[in-house]
Amino acid sequence: MNQPDPYLVIVVFLVAATLFAVAPLLLAWIWARTFSPRKPGPDKNAIYECGLESKGDAWVQFRSEYYLYGIIFLIFDVETIFLLPFAVAFTKLPVGAFIAMMVFLLLLVEGLVWAWRKGVLKWS
Amino acid sequence: MNEGLRSELSKQGIFTTTLGDLYNWGRKNSVWPLQFGLACCAIEMIATTMARYDLARFGAEVFRPSPRQADLMIVAGTVTKKMAPQVVRLYNQMPEPKYVIAMGACAISGGPFKQGYNVLKGIDRFIPVDVHIPGCPPRPEALIHAFMTLQKKIETQQLTGVNRPRHLDAEAPSEFPVPKFGGHDLEPPNNPAVWHAPKLVREP
Repeated sequence: MNQPDPYLVIVVFLVAATLFAVAPLLLAWIWARTFSPRKPGPDKNAIYECGLESKGDAWVQFRSEYYLYGIIFLIFDVETIFLLPFAVAFTKLPVGAFIAMMVFLLLLVEGLVWAWRKGVLKWS
Repeated sequence: MNEGLRSELSKQGIFTTTLGDLYNWGRKNSVWPLQFGLACCAIEMIATTMARYDLARFGAEVFRPSPRQADLMIVAGTVTKKMAPQVVRLYNQMPEPKYVIAMGACAISGGPFKQGYNVLKGIDRFIPVDVHIPGCPPRPEALIHAFMTLQKKIETQQLTGVNRPRHLDAEAPSEFPVPKFGGHDLEPPNNPAVWHAPKLVREP
């Protein structure tokens, strides 16, 4: 009758696991507080760590015009990756896969038409 | 505890140690070098880490690509005056405790390029070097010997007192001044807190 709760093992396990994780960190923290003094500095706290001084701010803003490059990249690079296996397996594909691929192509071709009309493809 | 009692206890199968010894034992067997080579000595350094010489036996196979995770800087090669500020800055960015091995004739003195207008005549002019290795380039065995020398140094460092390592000393500086690449030489040409020009003593 006096059986302990079967989930007690899990509670014990959780407590032990937490102690196992926290104890070394705590020990290291106490060790650092007791023995080694903190020594921060401008170089040590620098964001960049390749030896060169960092220039400017880490919060760089990118121009929103880059979405054009994103679209063109999708059309000419990513599409090719999908087209090649599609072409290789073309004769064995069911109709559903063919239609799905065509929808995918249509979406990207739509983007191409849009970019073309916008004049993005003109090299000036 | 004296040595006699300790050896007597170890004969009975009882191992005794001190907190400082345990700390240093852990420290000396997990020195992670900074992955950073400057010239041809770096090739020997790479050979040291590979299977034939196997620096991993000493707990130092993990060459870290970031100074934030490294304990040891092996200055392997010629330090040009243009590179010296970067080397010092990398050293500053390493967390304590940190050690430096100057590997090869160039890193300790300028070596065969000592007369060169753009060669630093020893990295010990700017950062404290723990072990110097002569040779051009030193063989991997020499680097391993330097590594063991460094381990011996770490082993003897006390937690308190005069012999304590730099990171336990609140007075020791956390960063060393980074020299600027000036018009004719580095500015300043050396760090007077670390290095003094050797005094010439002439025999009468």
